[in-house]
Amino acid sequence: MDMYTITRIFADSWMLAFLFGFFVAAILWVFRPGSSKEYRNTAESIFRHEDRPATDHEEART
Amino acid sequence: MINYLKLAVLGVVTLFAAIAANYARDLAYMVHAIIIMIVAGGLFLWTLRNTDEPGKKLVVETGYMDEVVRYGVIATAFWGVVGFLAGTFIAFQLAFPALNFDWAEGYANFGRLRPLHTSAVIFAFGGNALIATSFYIVQRTSATRLFGGNAAWFVFWGYNLFIILAATGYLLGATQSKEYAEPEWYVDWWLTIVWVVYLIVFLGTIFKRKEKHIYVANWFFLSFIVTVAMLHVVNNLSIPVSIWGSKSVQLFSGVQDAMTQWWYGHNAVGFFLTAGFLGMMYYFIPKQAERPVYSYKLSIIHFWALIFLYIWAGPHHLHYTALPDWASTLGMVFSIILWMPSWGGMINGLMTLSGAWDKLRTDPVIRMMVISVGFYGMSTFEGPMMSIRAVNSLSHYTDWTIGHVHSGALGWNGMITFGALYFLVPKLWNKERLYSLTLVSWHFWLATIGIILYAASMWVTGIMEGLMWREVDANGFLVNSFADTVGAKFPMYVARGLGGVMFLTGAIIMCYNLWMTVAKAPAKAEATAAVPAE
Repeated sequence: MDMYTITRIFADSWMLAFLFGFFVAAILWVFRPGSSKEYRNTAESIFRHEDRPATDHEEART
Repeated sequence: MINYLKLAVLGVVTLFAAIAANYARDLAYMVHAIIIMIVAGGLFLWTLRNTDEPGKKLVVETGYMDEVVRYGVIATAFWGVVGFLAGTFIAFQLAFPALNFDWAEGYANFGRLRPLHTSAVIFAFGGNALIATSFYIVQRTSATRLFGGNAAWFVFWGYNLFIILAATGYLLGATQSKEYAEPEWYVDWWLTIVWVVYLIVFLGTIFKRKEKHIYVANWFFLSFIVTVAMLHVVNNLSIPVSIWGSKSVQLFSGVQDAMTQWWYGHNAVGFFLTAGFLGMMYYFIPKQAERPVYSYKLSIIHFWALIFLYIWAGPHHLHYTALPDWASTLGMVFSIILWMPSWGGMINGLMTLSGAWDKLRTDPVIRMMVISVGFYGMSTFEGPMMSIRAVNSLSHYTDWTIGHVHSGALGWNGMITFGALYFLVPKLWNKERLYSLTLVSWHFWLATIGIILYAASMWVTGIMEGLMWREVDANGFLVNSFADTVGAKFPMYVARGLGGVMFLTGAIIMCYNLWMTVAKAPAKAEATAAVPAE
């Protein structure tokens, strides 16, 4: 088989399944238990450290 | 020690550029060689003056690296005005062909100025805005200083050198005639180097972040940087005819080349003008509204859906061409699916204001950001609709396309950038507030009415043009000649030009306002009270 046919068959089957599976998994991952609390924290991260970086002593990774 | 290496490299580059200017086969190449010679030679002298100088201590910087962001803000405002001015001028060139002056023929006629306009607004104005805001945002949301020290400066100056080379090249006729990818081979190579350094600075900052999670704006910026690198390299695969000339030959040909070009072209819209600017939206709207984004979960779904779908939408630019039907149908279907994540993102941006809608009355900056999200929603509805093959048969090659692009570019990209500039300038120059909110309101209304004039006139003229082209009489002969449609468009061309004048005036008012903010607005009161221990 020529290169075009081989890549077309691969693209239409395994790659398509992989991309679609990754996409669905990413969406399911968002709704994992406990995500709401973590995301609330992340969404508010823009209100921290406005003027200066976190110091090493600080527990910034919360 | 590193300075000796720099001197050696700069010396070789200067010498090579001088030789290149001598052997140059065309004017654009010669001018570029001279520009590179002057820049590299100047840097050589500057480095030499600073080498082995006593009294220069190595200071370990601890704060955020904001000087490069300040430069980026200035460059954004400057290139914005240049790009809008060029656009307004060529709009009047279309309405009044006499503005293609005889004495400037071959340099400043529509064909030469049009790529200058598009690159100035997309890459110079938009690109500088993206680099500056991404550097600002990634530091704040990672709670750490930019990675790589002076590499950020290399990105800023290197990118602006790219813009100078591109712009002068267009005027002198160096173009590989690929829309939004016109610069010739050596300019492309230079941009590749700059872009890789940009990626290293951005990724390095994320790697050393002090926050656990990577804030969603950084995801969008990262996808923008990575994808643009990929698009740029693949679409610019070409072989120079001579190392002493600007001309190159594309590696792909025929419909493969067209498909590669529109894969690039549409994803330049998708990842440069959408993903990157969504990074701005997800930071500046919550900051200006002083409340977190409406739904963080939705923002993550928005991200993954957008990057998974956008990359396939390109073929809708090639309906009714030699491209196989299955490919253009694929592009059309993905364009229509893309409507959903786009509107999900728009809703997320707008709903961030829920409970704070009153700010729309009092804060013209947030009004600007909200209308930009509104235009994002409008053009991401219009785009999928135009990608449908039947609609495209009417709209393609007409001014409707130009109207669609501008409602996105002026409305979404322009307005969110203006909002970001109004947010950033008081912060970066440590001012309590902007010089004048009244002037922001003036800018807002001038820009909004300007866009509406632009988009509405292009809808009318585009649909009229499409209908005139396909009109046939009872015997099946075409009714209108091409020149008939050009004549019929004149009033709409003038209205469009006036819209451009209003948008440009608004931008000039913004520059004045920002200048006065830096010069005259009261400084922020220093917090003298002890900072509470965290």
